[in-house]
Amino acid sequence: MIVPASSYTLNFGPQHPAAHGVLRLVLQLDGEIVERADPHIGLLHRGTEKLIEHKTYLQALPYFDRLDYVSPMCQEHVWALAVERLLGLSVPPRAQYIRVLFSELTRILNHALNVTTYALDVGAITPFLWMFEEREVMMEFYERVSGSRMHAAYFRPGGVARDVPPDLLEDMATFCKRFPKALKDLEGLLSDNRIFRQRSVDIGVMSAQDALGWGFSGPCLRASGVAWDLRKSQPYDAYGELDFDIPVGEKGDCFDRYLVRVEEMRQSLRLIEQCLEAMPSGPVMTQDGKVAPPRREEMKVSMEALIHHFKLYSEGYHVPKGETYTAVEAPKGEFGVYLIADGSNRPYRCKIRAPSYAFLQALESMSKGHFLADVSAVLGSLDVVFGEIDR
Amino acid sequence: MSTFLDDIAHRLKTAFPKGVLEVCLERDELTVVVGEESLVSFMTFLRDDSGCSFEQLVDIGGVDYPGRKPRFDVVYHLLSLAQNMRLRVKVGVDEEGTVPSIGTVFPCALWYEREAWDMFGILFTEHPDLRRLLSDYDFQGHPLRKDFPLSGYKEVRYDEEQKKVVYEPLQLAQAYRDFDFLSPWEGDGQKRMGAGTQSSED
Repeated sequence: MIVPASSYTLNFGPQHPAAHGVLRLVLQLDGEIVERADPHIGLLHRGTEKLIEHKTYLQALPYFDRLDYVSPMCQEHVWALAVERLLGLSVPPRAQYIRVLFSELTRILNHALNVTTYALDVGAITPFLWMFEEREVMMEFYERVSGSRMHAAYFRPGGVARDVPPDLLEDMATFCKRFPKALKDLEGLLSDNRIFRQRSVDIGVMSAQDALGWGFSGPCLRASGVAWDLRKSQPYDAYGELDFDIPVGEKGDCFDRYLVRVEEMRQSLRLIEQCLEAMPSGPVMTQDGKVAPPRREEMKVSMEALIHHFKLYSEGYHVPKGETYTAVEAPKGEFGVYLIADGSNRPYRCKIRAPSYAFLQALESMSKGHFLADVSAVLGSLDVVFGEIDR
Repeated sequence: MSTFLDDIAHRLKTAFPKGVLEVCLERDELTVVVGEESLVSFMTFLRDDSGCSFEQLVDIGGVDYPGRKPRFDVVYHLLSLAQNMRLRVKVGVDEEGTVPSIGTVFPCALWYEREAWDMFGILFTEHPDLRRLLSDYDFQGHPLRKDFPLSGYKEVRYDEEQKKVVYEPLQLAQAYRDFDFLSPWEGDGQKRMGAGTQSSED
């Protein structure tokens, strides 16, 4: 192969702080201009889809936390919804509201991380430090409800694992009052910042037409001017009863994606406040004994309840034959599961559709003709996480 | 909702009387099985026809049914933002068979097809760059096939003498145990689809 003297190849990653994980990016450069970008992915491939085929439906759930590890509960949500759909199960209203509440908290967690690490990639360190303080508070909510800061395994097919502890909801309400101030500080640091604007305005522009062709979804699609949100168009759980707006960008450049995410955090706060206000009382798990475990107290005195518990956690439940594609609006975009059940206690096939997989594929078309330094800006603004890309 | 999907199904059947092999509507999800020879024109029709306008390809996934003819399904999921509808398109293919790439219709199909090739060994014709995507550079086999064991065949470790990562045949200190918790009294109806075809590991 004859390589012209002006162009050369550069290896970006797999260990690079701006790669947001383990990405090996083979770049062909002409001087400082990117001619070709070839992402080599799969360095974090753990065979999740294969493993799920060998687990029961309940055992498969924690794997979803580990896909996009900055927004765990949203992915549990899609698994719970897919299994419920095949089982034909309805979820009690309180559980629906709790799930929406924590999905939105997860959205703030995710966007707070993405916006600030993106700012870090283009040279601003302070927002990252400020927002991580807030993230710590939110992760405490995670811990209080599920016992774990990150890998919660809290949403279950049929509802949620247990009810929220007594004063958590009040603390979340207090947090909702305080957080807008932190958002304002964040915007104060970035939105009119000259360096930030120079690094993001008109960088990595994606037209609406191209965004659809490349399979974009979520904030990246909305930044290109397409008002599409699964929470509005195909509402699941309690989203149909709640009120929120869809922020839309104009040009689809890195700056628009930043603006959309910041506004989405505000909308998520609105949703959390509505959930806290409208939170119904009642059970948080379906009453269907085929799916829901018996109560602890019951197990201490009833042999049948003990057997019931044992069968549920060893054999699991049988899901009737069928297939479904179920998707939710995860913080990054449309996160879907194509689930095929064969009537046994384990899934026959589970294909996971990850939003940032599609984003990363478009990286080449977005960074072509830009400077090398802009590649990390584009990558940061796309919000890619390798847990879900490599699966 | 389902009446609309019925309309679509009818529309597709009249537009492609030979291409559409089967249409099924279940749980408000429409599945269309097409022959691989008309796949590209079918996808173009779905994207461009004003009554369909499925602008977005959401996902492509392979499914392995050992013992069935043809062995694999390639499953395409499409989304119409204008109609707020989803559609599933399936193409059956054998180990030796090929499926035309739809990268010219939906650019995002390219990586999904690379993944299907990597994971299932499904060959796509006219794909510009059909390399492996998720597995290692010189990986052998197709891991999501049902006859590929969960633990795989090779393991890697860093060799201090050679100063590099080496591949060795898999040695498990404790054999992988696959417990069968299925109730014996629930009858044959509960048997797994892939049962009996999985190679046993010791």
